[in-house]
Amino acid sequence: MKEVATNYVPQNWYLLLSTFLFCVGIMGVLFRRNAIIIMMCIELMLNSVNLLLVAFSAYSGNSDGQVFVFFIMVVAAAEVAVGLALLVSIYRNVASTDINVLNKLKW
Amino acid sequence: MTDQILRDSLLITPGMLIPLFPLIGFLINGLFGKYLSKSITGWIASISVLLSFICTFYIFINLPSTGALHIDLFNWISYSTLNISFGFLIDPLTLVMLLVITGVGFLIHLYSIGYMHGDEGFTRFFTHLNLFIFFMMLLVMGSNYLVMFIGWEGVGLCSYLLIGFWFKNDAYNDAAKKAFIMNRIGDLGFLLGMFFMLFNFGSLDYAVVAQKALLLPVGSSILVSITLLLFVGATGKSAQIPLYTWLPDAMAGPTPVSALIHAATMVTAGIYMIVRSNVIYALAPFTLEIVAIVGVATCLFAAIIGLMQNDIKKVLAYSTVSQLGLMFAALGLGAFSSGMFHLVTHAFFKALLFLGSGSVIHALHGEQDIRKMGGLRKYIKVTYITFFIGAIAISGIPPFAGFFSKDEILAKAFEHSKVIWAILSISSMMTAFYMFRLVYLTFFNDFRGTEETKKHIHESSSLMTIPLIVLAGLSIIGGFIGLPSVFGFTHQFQMYLSSVTDASKELMKENIELNHSMEYILIATAVIAAIASILYARFKYFTKKEQPSEDIALVGFEKAVYNKFYVDEMYDTVIVKPLKVLSDLFLVLVDKLIIDLLVNAVAWVVGLSGRMLRLVQSGNTGFYVFAMVFGIIVLFVIRLLI
Repeated sequence: MKEVATNYVPQNWYLLLSTFLFCVGIMGVLFRRNAIIIMMCIELMLNSVNLLLVAFSAYSGNSDGQVFVFFIMVVAAAEVAVGLALLVSIYRNVASTDINVLNKLKW
Repeated sequence: MTDQILRDSLLITPGMLIPLFPLIGFLINGLFGKYLSKSITGWIASISVLLSFICTFYIFINLPSTGALHIDLFNWISYSTLNISFGFLIDPLTLVMLLVITGVGFLIHLYSIGYMHGDEGFTRFFTHLNLFIFFMMLLVMGSNYLVMFIGWEGVGLCSYLLIGFWFKNDAYNDAAKKAFIMNRIGDLGFLLGMFFMLFNFGSLDYAVVAQKALLLPVGSSILVSITLLLFVGATGKSAQIPLYTWLPDAMAGPTPVSALIHAATMVTAGIYMIVRSNVIYALAPFTLEIVAIVGVATCLFAAIIGLMQNDIKKVLAYSTVSQLGLMFAALGLGAFSSGMFHLVTHAFFKALLFLGSGSVIHALHGEQDIRKMGGLRKYIKVTYITFFIGAIAISGIPPFAGFFSKDEILAKAFEHSKVIWAILSISSMMTAFYMFRLVYLTFFNDFRGTEETKKHIHESSSLMTIPLIVLAGLSIIGGFIGLPSVFGFTHQFQMYLSSVTDASKELMKENIELNHSMEYILIATAVIAAIASILYARFKYFTKKEQPSEDIALVGFEKAVYNKFYVDEMYDTVIVKPLKVLSDLFLVLVDKLIIDLLVNAVAWVVGLSGRMLRLVQSGNTGFYVFAMVFGIIVLFVIRLLI
């Protein structure tokens, strides 16, 4: 499996794919107003980084990067748990998940 | 050698206890005074001083006059080659001072219990008094100039606290501030002197400084500047021209304070300091000349002012300034032990006179104007007799204490310069005159106050009279510690101090011994002059029953004298007022125009940027995210470009 991944798929492709995914994530965070989608996009960015880490790890034959991935997954899970809980409570208050509704905190 | 080590080790504990007792007394009264009954606090303070006196006396008996006890408590400041230890040095000179401080101090504490009875600040008074004794001990016991300086500043602080003891009176507070500021001017000199010393000798230790000073040529500019600066400190603390004006005002404090601090002990700190540094002073003849000139001038000047004062305490205050001047004159002539001798006898009789005046004031319920006294000898006998003894002692009538010490100084003055001798003699005559003017106006003829006061005149309690009697005894016999050699005695006091003053005596080298007949003539002249002055005072104020004229009736020279030669007013115009104008100028120009402007500008800029930046915080989450991403991109771009 390792040989297939490293022999037949060049490293650049992983780079391009993860950059693409990351950009999709950023665009989503920037231009969508639905908080759930923003969170999904954040997940997308995190996972694009994960992909990159795994790819580098496999190519360099060093498993450190894969360990990092596990950490990121754990943190991401925790983040989603907190984020969704916040979203539920926001929805209960304003009956919407539109982030532009929540603009009370300002000067 | 081993004997000496053993002896010293036995003396170290009492040596360390000496300053500890008043400190403990101060802490007990200061921290727990309000939980203790009033009389107990007074006794705690008095007994702590008595215990110190006992320790001092123990050392005094066991330490030979050639010995010196070094107690190093800890290394205080240590920096490269600089080493200043916090330690005590107990030698004959220190012991003499300590005996005076604790002995006279104890009597005055005792007296204060009676005098301050019923005052609402009773506990506070004794707290400050104990603190004063503690600092005074640091001053005389310190083994280097820095420890002395701690005591020097500490007694200044206590003096300030006690002059302004009745702080509800604004005039008293002003007097306290005046004393403090005047002393501060002097202290600056002392401080600079210490810096010079450190810079040139690398040490503040008495012995080291004296040793290194001996390596320099006589009269070198370094020594002259050090000694002059130290002397500036002495003029502040010991009330000499030009910094003497605070002492008469310091009479605002309770009378025991005037007796203890402003007559017997603190004001003699300058004398002590110069005697302690006698080697470097002996090496700077120019400074000694200045010391002598200032001393003689102060002696005469204060005596003249004393002639016209009508406040019983002011007369004594000017007398103190004058006597201190006499001591400085002695020091300036190189007669260090004579100066110390007069310091001791002066402590006895001046404390007695002040306490006696306190007793008079006490009897008259706070009246201090001698024009409203008179005839008091019938009512307050003990006070009268003791005061009379004090007055004789200060006038220099044999065999009372003042005669021996004053005569010694006069003889020394005659050896050096006839002019100094003449001025000092005239001052002594004036002293005799104004002291007996005081005596006759206060105790003789008829009472001049109101009938109401007359009814209430009463002798003070025995707590107050016993110290008076003891001090009167000391004023009578105190002079015998220094019987002059002209009568075939050995001068005990001079012998005792010789280990301290011998070094400088060799340097001075100009000991022209007067022949005996000359000395007899001098003594006879001095005594006759004093008796003549007393008789003149008797004739004027007893036989002719003259009274000091009212303030407005004075004209010409008398008016100027009565108003203390307008020195205070002069200082006010020459120094205080220009300073105030300058301060106002700086207030407007520098403070308001420049500093305030700068500070306000900074505040305005911060406020403005805050007002503008807060607009960024719009509450729009999308914008925040956009800003974040934009920021990251900018950082990336910068990273790539650089």
